[in-house]
Amino acid sequence: MESPYARTLIVMPALNEEASVGAVIREVYAALPGVTVLVVNDGSTDHTAEVAAQAGARVASLPFNLGVGGAMRVGFRYAMENDFDNVVQVDSDGQHDPSGVPALLAELGSADLVLGARFAGEGDYRVRGPRMWAMKTLASVLSRTSGARLTDTTSGFRASGPRAVALFASHYPAEYLGDTIEALVIASRAGLVVRQVPVSMRVRAGGVPSHNPMKSAVYLGRAGLALVFAFARPASSYYVRSNE
Amino acid sequence: MTPASYILGIVAAVLVLIVVVELLRRRHLRERHAIWWIIAGVLALIAGVFPTTLTWVAGLIGVEIPVNLVFFVGIATLFLVCLQHSSELTQLESKTRILAERIALLEMDDHRPANAAAPTATATATATATTKRKSGSGA
Repeated sequence: MESPYARTLIVMPALNEEASVGAVIREVYAALPGVTVLVVNDGSTDHTAEVAAQAGARVASLPFNLGVGGAMRVGFRYAMENDFDNVVQVDSDGQHDPSGVPALLAELGSADLVLGARFAGEGDYRVRGPRMWAMKTLASVLSRTSGARLTDTTSGFRASGPRAVALFASHYPAEYLGDTIEALVIASRAGLVVRQVPVSMRVRAGGVPSHNPMKSAVYLGRAGLALVFAFARPASSYYVRSNE
Repeated sequence: MTPASYILGIVAAVLVLIVVVELLRRRHLRERHAIWWIIAGVLALIAGVFPTTLTWVAGLIGVEIPVNLVFFVGIATLFLVCLQHSSELTQLESKTRILAERIALLEMDDHRPANAAAPTATATATATATTKRKSGSGA
């Protein structure tokens, strides 16, 4: 009998995550039996690829670092070429709890793109200061565009249905922040249904999130710019192949 | 204007044209990039050989000091060429990116047998499951 997750591809962009990637992969397999995990090794200089392969994931290695957007495009293209229906992005640092994936997939029944939102009640993930204002502003603008109530637009924990996979395989933005913010605009403008599901988020296994005000200002500026240009692009640049 | 400065203007313009044509001839420069330099060189040559044309055009469009027209056209040309380069750089970056993505997927196909023979039991089981699913879908 085919597993309910047989046509779901978990894509994990990984840059120098040898310490956590193996455990995350095993956790995903435990939570979602029958799923396929594709680790996109984004130019790591450590043993991320080997560790991921040992843990049973399929591994695609980029020749140099492209950023999360480029890594996700590899994932979407792989899904298209290998007949996967759904793609779920899961961070390789253990920040995303794989037990939240079934909730995302369930929502895909009536939506094309489902975001796992970190502030929607579950878990204990918090940000403050300018970064929070930036996130709130983005959320309100993007909620209006997509017609769905979104509170966490920069969440990387998201599931894409067949129509979104087809769109993103050719149009996933590769710019910094484009992969989260612009992808939402692209999806909305292409007429896809965007939803949000609350998920619990864990503290990152390694590294500390930045609360440097200068970095927050830069982040806000780049996010704003990404948003403005996402809206300014000609509508003809986004389309979904209708025979999918 | 001294004869020396008259000759300097012509020599500079001719030199630009010679360099551009030579680069084109050796295929070190594509036509689409050379066109601006050729236009600039020809304009400089005309203004060098017939300085009165410069004065005439400047008077025609109301530029009081003819040399300011030279600076304006020069800066405008450089600006546009720079912009064209930035745009082409962006296109090249995006092509490189696409190639990198394709390579990642192609190398993955090449290494498929090695993946299937991975040492851990989980890896082998997954690889078999993947193969089954693929043959089952009839793709």
